[in-house]
Amino acid sequence: MKQFIAFVKKEFFHIWRDKKTTFILLGMPVVQIVIFGFALTNEVKNAKIAVLDNAKDAAASSLITQIDASRYFEVSQHLVSYREIETAFRQGQIKMAVVLPLHFEEDLQRYNKAQVQLIADASDPNFANTVTNYASAIIMDYQRRITNNRKLPYTINAEVRMLYNPQMKGAYNFVPGVMAMVLLLVCTMMTAITIVREKETGTMEVILVSPMKPQLVVFAKAVPYLLLSVINIASILLLSVFVLEVPINGNIFLLVGESILFTLVSLSLGLLISSAAGSQQTAMFISLIGLFLPTVMLSGFMFPIENMPLPLRIISNIVPAKWYYIIVRSVMIKGVGLKDVWQETLILSGMMIFFLTVAVKRFKIRLA
Amino acid sequence: MSIAVTVKNILKTYGKKKELVTALQDINFDVKTGELFGIIGPDGAGKTSLFRILTTLLLADSGTATVDGFDVVTDYKQIRKRVGYMPGKFSLYPDLTVQENLAFFATIFNTSIDENYDLIKDIYIQIEPFKDRKAGKLSGGMKQKLALSCALIHRPSVLFLDEPTTGVDAVSRKEFWEMLKRLKEQGITILVSTAYMDEASLCDRVALMQDGNIMSIDTPAQIVANFGRTLWAVRSGNMLHLLDELNTMKEVENAYPSGTFHHVILKKGYTDAFLQQALSETNNNLEIKAIRPNIEDCFMQLMRR
Amino acid sequence: MTNEKIITADKLSKRFGDFVAVNEISFEVCRGEIFGFLGANGAGKTTAMRMLCGLSLPSSGEATVAGFDVYRENEKIKKSIGYMSQKFSLYEDLTVKENMRFYGGIYGKSDAFIKQKTASVLEQLHLQKEANKLVRSLPLGWKQKLAFSVAIFHEPVIVFLDEPTGGVDPVTRREFWHMIYQAAENGITIFVTTHYMDEAEYCNRVSIMVDGNIEALDTPSALKQIYQSASMDEVFLKLARKATRADG
Repeated sequence: MKQFIAFVKKEFFHIWRDKKTTFILLGMPVVQIVIFGFALTNEVKNAKIAVLDNAKDAAASSLITQIDASRYFEVSQHLVSYREIETAFRQGQIKMAVVLPLHFEEDLQRYNKAQVQLIADASDPNFANTVTNYASAIIMDYQRRITNNRKLPYTINAEVRMLYNPQMKGAYNFVPGVMAMVLLLVCTMMTAITIVREKETGTMEVILVSPMKPQLVVFAKAVPYLLLSVINIASILLLSVFVLEVPINGNIFLLVGESILFTLVSLSLGLLISSAAGSQQTAMFISLIGLFLPTVMLSGFMFPIENMPLPLRIISNIVPAKWYYIIVRSVMIKGVGLKDVWQETLILSGMMIFFLTVAVKRFKIRLA
Repeated sequence: MSIAVTVKNILKTYGKKKELVTALQDINFDVKTGELFGIIGPDGAGKTSLFRILTTLLLADSGTATVDGFDVVTDYKQIRKRVGYMPGKFSLYPDLTVQENLAFFATIFNTSIDENYDLIKDIYIQIEPFKDRKAGKLSGGMKQKLALSCALIHRPSVLFLDEPTTGVDAVSRKEFWEMLKRLKEQGITILVSTAYMDEASLCDRVALMQDGNIMSIDTPAQIVANFGRTLWAVRSGNMLHLLDELNTMKEVENAYPSGTFHHVILKKGYTDAFLQQALSETNNNLEIKAIRPNIEDCFMQLMRR
Repeated sequence: MTNEKIITADKLSKRFGDFVAVNEISFEVCRGEIFGFLGANGAGKTTAMRMLCGLSLPSSGEATVAGFDVYRENEKIKKSIGYMSQKFSLYEDLTVKENMRFYGGIYGKSDAFIKQKTASVLEQLHLQKEANKLVRSLPLGWKQKLAFSVAIFHEPVIVFLDEPTGGVDPVTRREFWHMIYQAAENGITIFVTTHYMDEAEYCNRVSIMVDGNIEALDTPSALKQIYQSASMDEVFLKLARKATRADG
């Protein structure tokens, strides 16, 4: 145990004394989140919208006037047919379309209930989300105002339709994506590089000739990076809650636990790479091409997996980040508990055990 | 006297069939306990491969070897507890201080600096003033002393030093060999490899290696005694011309420069009288004398076989 | 050897902050001379050599190499010198011929020159059969000799050799020195550092640096007389043991 502690201590010295690398490792997630955060804060102001008023009655025009009067929106086009909506979006002239049904006022008065359709361009999902939220708020406001004169409350259903990106991938998805990338980079690449460096400088020879168990060497190498990752997880979560205002709807301990599980998978992968790579460059190359790229492309946070061709969909199953991404999104945004993500958790655990076993088995007790 | 290291029929090759490189071919020798044993040979002779096999870092293709009575393959764990090893490159952490390096190696060998301080005291005391300095900032000679301290910290019974004096200046080399002498007095068996032939005379026994073969194993004195020929040292006013002339003479078996003289081995039946006569006309200030060969002369003579 | 001065150094110094790596060294080297540049680790040899090669600017003092000033004409110096160190080897994944072609090319030599010179070097080294083999496959001793030939391939005025024979077997070491002698006969000035003291004996003159100063500079036989020593090894130890600084 003393050997183990001494080894871990030494690893911390390496990390601490290479201040540049440490700074990058800890600063990278912060920078990524902040940059993304700023890119997101495009406040809605006088966004151009189109109106398709099928009702053409007093209630409808009153609602349209209220929307137009708000500082968020400006009605720039009055459309006559449903088909024109598509054209207006394609030409990039409008950010949202409001569709009022044929008998809007009549529905309200007779059934106390009416439908309004809000159509937004979700290729910029965050913006689409914001504009529909504002529009819904205005409609709610309108509803409250006219209800004051009535005994029975009116209900206006605002039906929101997102065009082009119906699942609203983006904003909330970025946080899990950044987490997966950062953890992979810190754990996989850095662990791989630090082990290979010892091979290069010849210190590995001396350590192998010592009575220290090779498995202990492997674990001691992993511990400091596990800790760095926990710091990164914490900073990403804090930033996303307080800067990006992405809520953590689920259990925070579950979220952290799952993140640590993913960290362990990444660490085992790093150890595996180190057993195969002979130089620091090779280790870096394998980490970047073999892991980083699939994580970005195939984990689902950049490109929806369900739209990919079958072979890629199959391959995506062996990308650990895919499963981690599903878990984080489910726990953080949907707010589900372990019972809804146990399958993904099991898959990640399985991957960790597999990689770790192979890595420890492959860790050579001798040179080449 | 007991035996510390045995090597029997060790063969080691690298690479695939097409580009097979034989690093060691059928190596055999024993090292007695407490002996200072030198493995002398140029780069590529197989010294490092041999040391890695004996320190359990490499598996031989065939043959057996024991260190301290333990087999290098099956009992590698036992061997790793009792040998000290200093690889060719100084294997220290450049970003750790002198003290941190030593403490680290002490701990992974299950000991502490205090426990065996008496053994390394002589060496460590010279670098102790710099104990808070990063190892990467030490000079070659000091790094070497630190590396030796690290290799000794667990009081090994057998010490393997792979080219410890390569790239180190003559003063530090001298000091290093003086340190080895003192360690030997403490009863530690030392195997040291070097490409510097002049260091052979400082060992109890040496193995002269070339191209994966041991050409000769003996005490330095006996190796010199086995030279078996008369060696002539010749010099004149124009050394280059003299050498060219010697090399064209059919009576000369071998002639090569060595310091201020050229060393000459004549074919059987010829003596200095012949040299004097043959060279006196074409050379001024000619000087010819018989000398005792050194290890390098012997090495070159063995290489010719 | 002629009296034409190829290197002149006058109170050449290099300071790094408070640390004086090279302290006012002055010497001259003549055309065709084999000049041994000795010193313990950290004595300032490498720093001095870098200044002479035009890789590092002196802090003060004057120096010329092949007639060019080390402050202003370092590009011209680089064209007139050759350089070889123990670590610098050839490109292992290129063939013998390709290495020569490459070095001839970077020194701007004509194709005709490269072709003719390649043939003569291959012949001199008896490497004709290996001309199209990868350098990787050659024995170490051959590589070392080839590296020297490549260092003087562009026929420089002077060649700097930084511990060229480390770890080489004794026979190759002799052959290597034979090549050095031949190059010197052809008028190339040799500036060499070594840890082998018997090699110091092969030099026309030897300088020994201690703590940034040139403590001794003379022919090997004169040095042995002055320091009443039997060999250069003893001379070196007598001088270098005086060193107080241990850093490099």
